[in-house]
Amino acid sequence: MTAGVDLGVPATQAISSDEDVVRVRQLVRTTAVAARLSLVDQTKLVTAASELARNTLIYGGGGSAEVTTVEDGRRRGVRIVFADQGPGIPNLDEAFTDGFTTGGGLGLGLSGARRLVDDFDIWTAVGEGTRITVTKWSR
Amino acid sequence: MERVPILKIGDILLVSIQVDMSDQTAVQLQEDLAERIVATGCHGVIIDITALDIVDSFVGRMLSTIASISKVLDAETVVVGMRPAVAITLVELGLSLNGIRTALNVERGMELIAASRADEWDEADVDEDAETTATP
Repeated sequence: MTAGVDLGVPATQAISSDEDVVRVRQLVRTTAVAARLSLVDQTKLVTAASELARNTLIYGGGGSAEVTTVEDGRRRGVRIVFADQGPGIPNLDEAFTDGFTTGGGLGLGLSGARRLVDDFDIWTAVGEGTRITVTKWSR
Repeated sequence: MERVPILKIGDILLVSIQVDMSDQTAVQLQEDLAERIVATGCHGVIIDITALDIVDSFVGRMLSTIASISKVLDAETVVVGMRPAVAITLVELGLSLNGIRTALNVERGMELIAASRADEWDEADVDEDAETTATP
C-alpha cells in the first residue's frame, strides 16, 4: 500500500456515468490545488484520474473514486483509490502494454496513468473487481 | 449534455472549447463539426483548447479523429492554445496527436491555414500552365 498519513476526511465520488468522470476530474483538481501540487503535477494527476475513472466506468461497469490528502512527514500529496466490482483484469502484463485495449480505445489509459503518478498500486481478481491506488506527491 | 458551439469566420470554422467535456460531448462535437464543414464548405477548422486544463487519451483521440474527418472533407484542422502543462502531460501519457497541426494561438492558426491553402492554389496554377503549354 501507499505510504503516508491521511489528512482530513476522504471525499468519495461515485462513477456511474460520463458526467461522473467529469466530476472526478473536478474533485481531484480541487484537492490537488489545496495540497499545493505544482501546476504540471496537478495536470498529470487530473489526467491520470480521468483515464482511471473512465476505465472504472467502461471496464469495471462503474464504481467509485476516493480522494484523500496525505502527508508523509516531508511532503503532501493526493491519493486516489478507484474501486469497482467488475470482471477484473485477467492478464495484467497485457493490460499495461501501451496500445493494448479490449475496449476500442487507444490502450494508453492504464500504462499512461501509471507514468503520470508517483505511486501506483493495483489489486485485481477475476470476477471480483479491481482496485487501483495512485498518489502524486508535492516536490 | 452540453454542446460546444461552432463559429464560422470567413472560410474558417472556429471551435473554442470552454467546458470540461464529457466523453459524449466530445463525440457530439465530432459529428457537429463534420456536418458544419459540409454545410458551409469551409476549408479550415481551428480548435482552440486554451481553456482546457487537461487533454486525456479520449480528447486526444477526438482531436485526431476530427483532423482525419475534416481532411476527407477537404478542410484542414489546426489545434491552437495548448497549455504548457498539458503538452508535458500529453507526451508523458504517450499520446502522439497523429495528423494534427498545431499553432500557438488562433491568429497563427489562421495564418497557417491561409498559407497552406495558398500553396495548394499555386500548385493548381502550375498544373494548368503545364497543360496549356503541352497542348498549344
